Formats: sequence, C-alpha cells, structure tokens
Amino acid sequence: MPGKLKAKIVAGRHLPVMDRASDLTDAFVEVKFGNTTFKTDVFPKSLNPQWNSEWFKFEVDDEDLQDEPLQVTVLDHDTYSANDAIGKVYIDIDPLLCTEAASVISGWFPIYDTIHGIRGEINVLVKVELFNDLNRFRQSSCGVKFFCTTSIPRCYRAAMVHGFVEELVVNEDPEYQWIDRIRTPRASNEARQRLISLMSGELQRKIGLKVLEMGGNAVVGYLQCFDLEGESGLVVRAIGTACTLDKLSSGSAPNTNTHTHPNTAPASNACNSPSKDGKEPVFGEDLLSSSGPPTPFRALPTSSSSPPPPFSPSKPCSRQSSSSDTDLSLTPKTGMGSGGSVGKEAGPLKTLLRQQTQTALEQREFPFFTLTSFPPGFLVHVGGVVSARSVKLLDRIHNPDEPETRDAWWEEIRQEIKSHAKALGCHAVVGYSESTSICEEVCILSASGTASILNPRFMREGCLDIGIADHRFEEPSPPSCGFCHIPYDELNMPFPAQLTYCYHCRRQKVPDVLFTTIDLPSEASVTGKGCLIQARLCRLKKKAQGEVNATAISNMLPFMEYELHTQLMNKLKLRSMNALFGLHIQISVGENMLLGLASATGVYLTALPAPGGIQIAGKTPGDLSNDHISTIQKRINDTIAKNKELYQINPPELNEELVGSPIPEPRHRSRLFRSHSESSDEVSELDLSHGKKDAFVLEIDDTDAVEDIHSLLIDAPPPSGFYSCNTEVMPGINTWTSGVQMFTSVRVFRLSNANLTNQGLNKIFTDLCENLLKSFYFKLRSMIPCCLCHLNFTVAVPEDELIQVAVTAVAMTFDKDQTQEKPAEKPITKGSGDTEEQLQFSMELCADSSLANSQPPSKISGVPESSNISSRAASVDYGSFADRCSTWLELLRLKAHTIRRGSVKTISSLERSSPLPDGRSRSLRSTRSFGGTSVTVVKMTPLSFLPGTRIIKYLGIINMFFIRETTSLREEGGVSGFLHSFIAEVFAMVRAHVAALGGNAVVSYSMKECVFMENPNKNQAQCLINVSGDAVICVRESDPEATPSMTNSAQSCSSETDTAT
Amino acid sequence: MAVELDVFVGNTTIMDEEVYKLWLDGYTVNDAVKVRMEGGVMEECEASADVLLSDTMDQYRTFQMCERLLHSPAKLANQLLFQITPHRQAVLIERYYAFDDAFVREVLGKKLSKGTKKDLDDISAKTSVTLKSCRRQFDNFKRVFKVVEELKGPLVENIRQHFLLSDKLGRDYAAIVFFANNRFETGKRKLQYLTFQDFAFCAGQLINNWTVGAVDHMVEDMDVDLDKEFLQELKELKILITDKDLLDQHKSLVCTALRGKTKAFNEMEANFKNLSRGLVNIAAKLTNTKDVRDFFIDLVEKFIEPCRSDRWTAADMRLYLTHYTNSAHILDTFKHQVVWDRYMGVIKSCIFKMYHD
Repeated sequence: MPGKLKAKIVAGRHLPVMDRASDLTDAFVEVKFGNTTFKTDVFPKSLNPQWNSEWFKFEVDDEDLQDEPLQVTVLDHDTYSANDAIGKVYIDIDPLLCTEAASVISGWFPIYDTIHGIRGEINVLVKVELFNDLNRFRQSSCGVKFFCTTSIPRCYRAAMVHGFVEELVVNEDPEYQWIDRIRTPRASNEARQRLISLMSGELQRKIGLKVLEMGGNAVVGYLQCFDLEGESGLVVRAIGTACTLDKLSSGSAPNTNTHTHPNTAPASNACNSPSKDGKEPVFGEDLLSSSGPPTPFRALPTSSSSPPPPFSPSKPCSRQSSSSDTDLSLTPKTGMGSGGSVGKEAGPLKTLLRQQTQTALEQREFPFFTLTSFPPGFLVHVGGVVSARSVKLLDRIHNPDEPETRDAWWEEIRQEIKSHAKALGCHAVVGYSESTSICEEVCILSASGTASILNPRFMREGCLDIGIADHRFEEPSPPSCGFCHIPYDELNMPFPAQLTYCYHCRRQKVPDVLFTTIDLPSEASVTGKGCLIQARLCRLKKKAQGEVNATAISNMLPFMEYELHTQLMNKLKLRSMNALFGLHIQISVGENMLLGLASATGVYLTALPAPGGIQIAGKTPGDLSNDHISTIQKRINDTIAKNKELYQINPPELNEELVGSPIPEPRHRSRLFRSHSESSDEVSELDLSHGKKDAFVLEIDDTDAVEDIHSLLIDAPPPSGFYSCNTEVMPGINTWTSGVQMFTSVRVFRLSNANLTNQGLNKIFTDLCENLLKSFYFKLRSMIPCCLCHLNFTVAVPEDELIQVAVTAVAMTFDKDQTQEKPAEKPITKGSGDTEEQLQFSMELCADSSLANSQPPSKISGVPESSNISSRAASVDYGSFADRCSTWLELLRLKAHTIRRGSVKTISSLERSSPLPDGRSRSLRSTRSFGGTSVTVVKMTPLSFLPGTRIIKYLGIINMFFIRETTSLREEGGVSGFLHSFIAEVFAMVRAHVAALGGNAVVSYSMKECVFMENPNKNQAQCLINVSGDAVICVRESDPEATPSMTNSAQSCSSETDTAT
Repeated sequence: MAVELDVFVGNTTIMDEEVYKLWLDGYTVNDAVKVRMEGGVMEECEASADVLLSDTMDQYRTFQMCERLLHSPAKLANQLLFQITPHRQAVLIERYYAFDDAFVREVLGKKLSKGTKKDLDDISAKTSVTLKSCRRQFDNFKRVFKVVEELKGPLVENIRQHFLLSDKLGRDYAAIVFFANNRFETGKRKLQYLTFQDFAFCAGQLINNWTVGAVDHMVEDMDVDLDKEFLQELKELKILITDKDLLDQHKSLVCTALRGKTKAFNEMEANFKNLSRGLVNIAAKLTNTKDVRDFFIDLVEKFIEPCRSDRWTAADMRLYLTHYTNSAHILDTFKHQVVWDRYMGVIKSCIFKMYHD
C-alpha cells in the first residue's frame, strides 16, 4: 500500500503547429502511471496552452513507485481522425521517494518525440505521499539513496562501507519482437525507452533491497549499463558500493577530521552476502574465457624467460589465473588463501592489519568497491591493476530471458579478479568497474580494478570507538606515501618488480611503477603536474562466425593488452613519470577489427623512484641504421627533457647516502630492442650501468620498430596553458577558479581503404584521438589557463569500416600564479570534505541568473528585489536556525510554505539508519517557477564537485535513456547535424529535470552509451544515448565559515516567481 | 578515409564571435576557414587546418540551429535547448539583426515583397554583400515589419521589446519599417549621396512629429502612418507663396535679419522666392501619396540643389532656415503658426542632416 502519487499539468509553451489550416494546436495531456491514465481538457487553438489541471492522484504500491516512470503525453486533439501525439515526458519519481532528496518536482520539461526531437515544453508538478511500510518481506526499497559519484558524497560522512552490490535484469528487446515489423518506428522507440526506464527502476529497487539487507542506506559509485544484445535480449546491469552514510549538518563546516572518527554504525549484519546462491555455472557453451594479465602493468622479466617469447599470453598471467581458476571456482569462499604465507614473512604490523581486515572482508563474496577516491585512511596499500576479460557467444544462451547465464558469466569474471587481487597480496579491489563490447553474437565482458589493502575500520561493525590512537597504530606509514608501499611479500613476489625503499619515508618497499584505476589519493605527495597518457591500438581480424570468431578474439585479447601496457609504460617513461591513475582500458570488438584504448593520468609520485630513460638498441654496432638510431635516441632524450620541464618534474635530489636504506641504482632503463637475436651482445655494450639484467625488454618486430617509436613521439603535448587528465582533478593544480565547461564530442571515421595493415590502422586511430584532443584545445582556448579533467574516451566499431570515438570531459579554469608555488608544500586539498580552497570566484552563477531576470524588461518586475531581500533575511536568520534546518534553502521554503507529510511513524527502533522523514525536509515548494521567464542555469560536470561551490544537497540520481530516429537525415543536416541536435537535446532534458527537482547542477555526469546507426542511402539514422549523474544544489563557497548567504540567485528567483502567468 | 561525423556540444553553448560574423556575412564554411587562417588564429593554439575546419563546421551548425530561435528573440531567453548566458544572447540577437548600410540603402523605401526579394541577387552583386547575407537582412526587415504592423504603441519601443534590440538598432529598424510603409523614394541618382543614417535621422524626425503617434499615443499604426489631418492642414501654408504681400513681407524680414551675416547673402536674397515656393509647395502636396513618396527627392531638387549650386555653407543653411522659420511668426496675417512650426521643425532638421556632399 503505500503511496499516493499526485501530478498536475499546469501549462505548455512553444508547442509545434499541428493544424496547418489555423497554424495552431488543440493540445491536451494524458498522464499515465502504471495502468492508470488521466486526461486534461483540450485547450483549443493555442501554442501556449494553460491547462491548470486538477491534481491527478494515483494510489500505488511503493514497488511500482520505484519501477515506473510517470508518463506525460501531449497530444493534439482531432475531431475526425486519431489524435496526433506531439511528444512525451518521462519523469522518474525516484528522487521523491527518498527523504533527503527532492520533495517536489516542478518545472518546465521539454516535450520529446523520438522522431522530431524536442517540441515545446510542458510545466508539470509532481508530489508523492509515502506511507512507511515496515513489512519485512517488502519488495521495495524506498529511501535508499543512490549516487553516481565514486567517492563519499560531499555532504555525507561514511559511517560504514558495506561493500559490493550488483544486479542484472534481462528482457526481450522490443526492437526485436515480431510486432516491430508492423508498428511504427515511433511506437517501437517508445516501447524501448519505456522498457529501459522500467528495467532501470526495477534494478535500482532490487539493489536497494540488497543494501537494506546489508544494513546500509545508500549506494555510492552506482554504475548502470545497458547491453543491447540484439536477438538474445536487452540487459540492464548495475554495480555499486553499499554504504551507511550520515548527513553532515550543513552548519558545521565539514572537515576531513570527521572522517577519522567513524560514528555509530548500524548493527545489521554484513555477512549476508548478496543472494548469489544456487547459480551454478553449467553452461557448456561457454568458451574458454581468456583473462588478461592480472599484473600486466609490470615490466616483463627478462630474467625469468631469457629469450622473451613473443609474448605468449599465458606468461604474464599464468601464475595467478591458473591457481585461482582451480582453487576458487571450487570453493568460492576460501577467504585469503595465499594471504597466510605472505603474512608470515611480512612485518608484524602488516600481519595484524591483514588479520583484522580479513575478518571484515573474508565473508564477503566479492570484496569490491566501485569507489575511486576514499576517506583519508581508508586505503592502506595499493597492489596494482587487476583485470579480466572473457568472450561469450550470445546466441548460445539457453534461456535468453532469464538472467542466470549472464549472472554466471559475471560471477566467473569477478572470481578471477578476486583471485588476481589475492595473488597481489591484497584482499580488496577498489576502483572496480565492468563493461561489455558486443558485435553481432560475440560479447566481450571486461572487469578491472585496483588490488589493494583497506583499513578494516570502515567495514567492521562496532568500529565506532576506534579513536585516533588506534588509527595511528594501524597506519604506521605516513599517508602521503603509505598507499604506495607494496602489499605483497618481498621475497615471494607475485611477479618480478624493482623494489626500492620508499623515497618518502625510507621505511617500506615501493615498486618502481604503480598503475591504478583509482583517483590520486588526496594526501599523496606528487612532484610536478600530471598528464593524460593514452595507448591506442587497432588489430585486424578475419571475419568469422560463431565459435571460430570467439576463439580468434579471445586469442587476440592478451596480445592486445600486452601491447597496450607496453605503450603505456613507454609513454610514461617518455614523460618521466612513475605512476598511472584512473587507468581505463577499453577493448572494443567489430566485425573485422579489435580496438584497444587505454587512458590514464600519469604522475610522478614522490615516493617512487625516478623512472629511467628509454634506450634504443640497433641490430649491430656498425650498421647503417646506426645514425638513424642515434637520431631517434636523441629525439627521445630531448622529448624526455622537454616533458620534465613541461610538467615541472624536478624531484628533489635525494640524500642518497641516507644510512641503512639501500637505494638501488636510480636509473632503470627500459629499452626498445629492434631484434632480440642480437640483443644479448648489446646489453653489455649499451647498458653498462646495469649489473643485472633487470630492465624489461620489449619484443618488437623489425619492421614495426620504427613505426612504434614514431608513434611514441607523435603524441603532441597540450599547447601551453592547457593540461589534461582523465582523473577527477589534475595532480598538481589546486587553485580552480569557477569557469566550467562540460562537453561531449563524437567522431566517426570511415576507413575506405580495404587493404589496411595493422600499422596503417594504428596510425589512423592514433591520429583520430590526437586530433580530437587538438580540437578540444582549440575550441576551449578562451578558457586558458585551463585543464581538461575527466577526459573519458569511449571507442566503438559500429560498422565494418567505421571507428567511433565519443568523449565527455570538463574544462576547468584555474589560477595560474598560485599553481607555481602551492603544490610543493600542499599537494591537493581536494579531500572528501568540502574544503577545497577557493581563492577566486567570479559571481558567475549569480550574475548570469540575475541578468537573465533583468534582461527582458517587460517581464515580471520585482523578482530580483524580492529574492535579494529574502536571501539576505535568510542569511541573517541562518545562524540560529543552523542546527534545525539543514540548508537555508529549506528554511526559505519552510517559511514560504510548509506541509507536513502524512508519514506514519510507528517504530523507530529499527536498524535502518536512514533518518525518517522529518516534515521539514519535505516542505513544499509549491510557489516555484512556472513564471517562465528565467531558465535556471544548470551546470554539468563529470567530476564529483564544482570548483568554488559547496554541495548542500543531493536531490537524487539522474538516469535517462533516449532514442532518436530520423527518416530525413539530409534535411536535418546529415549525420553530424542529427547527432549534434540530439546531444544538445539530451543536455537540455537533463538540465530541465535537474531544475525541476530544484537543483542547479549535475555532478558525476557521464554518457554511458552512445549507439549511433545510420543508413544514408535510406536517408535514415538512429541514435541511443544513456546518461547519468547526481542532481545537486550547490552554493558558492564564500568564506571559511561557509555561510551560505550567497547562493544561486536563479534558485531563489524561481522560488519567488508566482504561478500566475 | 574521412571523418564522417564530427560533433562537439558544450553544456554552455560555445560560440566564437568571429565565426558568427563570418556566418552572418554569408561565407561558406570553406571560405570562412580561409579567412580564419589568414587571421592567424591557428598560431594561437597550434591548430591545424583540419581542426579549424571541424570547429567552423560545428559553429555553423550551432548557428543554424539557433537561427530559428533568433527569428523570435524572446524565445531565446526561455528556450531550454541551448544554455547561453544572457549577455551572449544579447550579442547574438544584436548581431543577427545588424545590417550592412550598403544593403539597406538599396532596399530602403522599397516594398518588402517577394518581388524585391527576387532582385536580391542584383543587389548582392552591386553591394558585394553575399546573397545569403542579403536574404537574412531582407528577411529580418520583413519579419520586423510584419510583427510591428499590427501592434499599438510607439514603434521603436515595440521593436525593442519584441526583438530585444538595442536602442540604436531599434531606431534603425523603426526607420526601415517607416520607409517601407510609406514607400519613400530613396533610390534616385540625386539621392545617392545620402547615407542610411541620414535617412534614419529624417525618419526619426518624421515619426516623432508628423505621425498620428505624435498626437495620440494609443492608435494602431500610430508611428507608421503620417497624420492625415496634419497633411490637410499643410495646404493652408500655401498662403505664404500665393499672397504676394505676405511673400514680400516674409522676404524682407528674412533679408533684414541675414544682411551682413553671411557671404551668400546676395544669392539668398535672389533665390528667396524660389526656395520658399519650393518648401511650401512640398508641404501643400503631401496629401498625395505619390508626393509623399517623392518627399526626399523634392527636398533635394527644390531646396538643397539650388543652395548647393550657390555654394551655401552648412552654417549659411542653418542661418537661413532659422530666420526663414522664425520670421513667419512675425507676419501678422499668417495664422497657421502651429502647423508651420510642426512642418518647419522637421524640414529644418532634415535639411541640416541632408545638406552635405
């Protein structure tokens, strides 16, 4: 029982002309939820109808509330023929189900049609009255908060991190149903949009249930993806990290300190592992899953395999995967099997730590965390990147409509990841993500993460009273380098690596390079600046069918991974850096090729040794090509020197004589050997500095060598004034100013030459990526000095000869002068608290919106004045209300209009840690904007924060899926015109939804999917886009006390605007 | 091998003012790229020609998508598709409605009809404004004309409110609408030396003083049509030239006042009757629509040209017209002082403006 949904249709504007004769429209609206439909009256002959309908009330189960969207359809009434649909609005009401999120949805929504795009706007008001249902066996999970943000959200504190949650639902894809042959494209698209909306709702509800079961109240790092499998179905799957979050009162300046004192954790048991039972992998059709090297990011040992075999894929991963496959698949819950032996030899502290953590983590089936940045002290050690891939055939699924097969696939992969992590001496995987690439019936499943050791405090129950003393005890190494220290045992290393004593604390061993999928920990000390590093690779593949195809692909995968890593390693050295963060490797499959793209942000970690240079070795000393080689060598050396300057990498000359710390020779050289046959003679000649053969040798074919070196050097550094990275923020820059420009760019490249070589393809692919970056720099040149953050590249092979690259990123301005001095003493203060230092903030948001109001002189006068007054009044009152009202905005609303929600509180002694609804936070903003003059400025960013602002409230997750189709491609400006307007429309719809929730920004925005198909001959094209993010209210960060006196005036203006239009 | 699809969409719409200008000026993408390359923008950011081409195409597409909104600028402020700062919006609108003086000079006073539109290619060839740009400018004129045609209230204010234009541009459009409505002849060879700004100034004078709106503020078309009653009354001024005594009296008053003050005195004295006849005849004929159209050409032929051939300076002109106007007040038999002032006020300032090379 449990909920009443109310909707009111207020007005429309800018409607399209539906009646050619009168140039007008007779519009009415259908409001549908579940199986109930209401209609408004027809508002005749107007393009700006004022329906001002009654409240349509739906009495529904909360289960439905979570699953279903509210569907608003605008139609043109026609007396004689069928009514014509103008377009639809799907409103996800999930944010209204959570007490701490939005309380009302109200605003202008673009009316969207899958064939025509946006056709006018409609003003809708939606409210929910929820009755608490305490039924233990309920199927709903209202109240569980979802965040796309992959860190602890800004105005919360993690009381406890429970761990991994995942879910997957499958349905038949409407596009492949028989009925699709007879229905219109519009009907088919709408069926698909609606289905995916339903499935996402269901998925979220099911994940919410798991979270409640674990005792949590929120999912952080929620990552939802679609797999359009085609004939076999449509899969929606999601992973996330269950947490118990406590809201920080907005009055108290959130400090990082609060994070070190975990407070009362709810007492629910964490050992109920997610219901995973009874799913046995009984699928004979499964092809041998090929796993990528788990620790491939390390140098390959020359010593262990003297003539390095042309990278036999089994080599790099043999030890881990073979052991794990047998051992883990049989007994999936063996805990830290190999951990024991490792622990014995390790220091006592490490052992203790491990034992403590073990208890917290070992019951967990998958100790995975989708988070990429953590509260201070959470991350103890980082082992390295672990990844696994597997190739599956979709047409071999026995029951395509059931999720079991896919569940088993993912389970298999996760087990592999887990075992890889264990081999690295780690008990957890952080920065974990999963993805797929599908081409016809072949599907590559991928998962990757960073093996690490975590502080168990955050995962144990009753951890509340562990004070600072304990904290110290558990964490003997300083936070600025502790995470670099190796988690595995030195004498029993999982793979050969150069270990040295930490250059920072000199007490623990560190590896020579570190690769991770997480963000740079805020406390890490870094020398100089970071930069984006990409490895790109194209491999041709014969066209094939079924198993032959799948086998071919899985045979290629390890080679590709290997080569990508080699490229990454070389490029890292070329930039004189020693660590990669945010590593993301995507392998995309097409009919006749595989694409690999690895992106990461390179940095110089002060704790790690300086990287050696790159040395080129030729065939024979007296060879003709020797000149050539030396010129190349010179170019490489020059590039390294230039990069050092560019990224300001001047590591402090370390006191090498430091007693007792054996510092190995600081120069490791990675060498590119042109031919391995002669290489043995060469080593002694060229590499005298090395006593032992510890440098890694890259095996490269003769003909490829020059090309490869060239491709190394082809990466142009960003033009001066620009930096780029794919992590949240740029290491070494901490003086962000308020300029923010989020953008999405898509390029599709057609290969016309049928006889392309791998080399040629690589070149094309590399140029494509490089040119994209160059375009960004050029377009954003007015923002200099500026940094492109969170550059997220996605590649796809939509057709035979097409390569598609889609990028979403944000450009942020920073204050150049300050970056020169600051980073040295203060690394990055971008902690999980909201205390990023903002020295400059132009009144951008305020100025914009006040201008917006004053611009059209005829429109509502007095709005700006009244809002000013009220905001001032609020800020005066604020101090005394601070403890009772979490935000001043709420206070404002409270003053304006308060309606207590009819929540029935019966028992409050439950373990649910989510605070029960509290009337106040549910206060209504019934007076909010439908004046229609000013459009709220909504900022969007893929980061978890907006520089210069403080997030005061999370309003709920935005997860939207749109299809757009056209049968008049040429008329719409060709493929580019079509996609351009579609992306603009998607942005507009996201902004409108956020504004309707009362927000003014989207953080952690991402475009998960952009599937583009065209048929120029038929003048047709279709595109599917899926975006997600967190809707928030943020206010300007004013002074250290963070009094929210100044805020987005658009918000306040719109809240003052009267309904009378 | 080619880039088949290439788009870049910012949450805040990115627009380069230079490219916008090129687009408005009707350059093709390729020509625009050439211009930009010559402008040296490439060095700014180490860009290549490809980058420039891609950027130009993106911007052109954005502008094309915005164009629909620019046709009713009020929509730009509350549309949701593009997030554009209010300042940017104002710039976009202002530039879109800006026009080339050379072009507007050609269509000023012409009927904004399909027929004129067909002649745009000739105008384009003549003014070396691209045809695309000519079309945009012409359509802008027509759009503004159509909207304000049916509105009550002051013309300039209406234009500014509906099209969110600056005061200056609003006035210019008012002039264009006014000229188009009254079909003033501006294209004759003798009028070629006059700029659009000369005409715009005169239009302002006429709108403010001779239209219905000058007396009554709430009539339809009040600023577009000349005040019929006033035009009728102008006939009465004929007495100044038909009554011989009055004419002589007027002349002697003016000459007395001017004597010794200007080198052109002799010419003024000799020409007084001719000039006075010219001006009064223009006034008397304004009831005919045809003569209204010829208003400017008449002013030039009947007054400005004779003066110019006598080498009057601008100061001479000022002096003469001031005394000519004021002396009429002293004529005791002349009863039409109000109409005279309303007429001569405008004529005076128009001639001042038009009296140049």
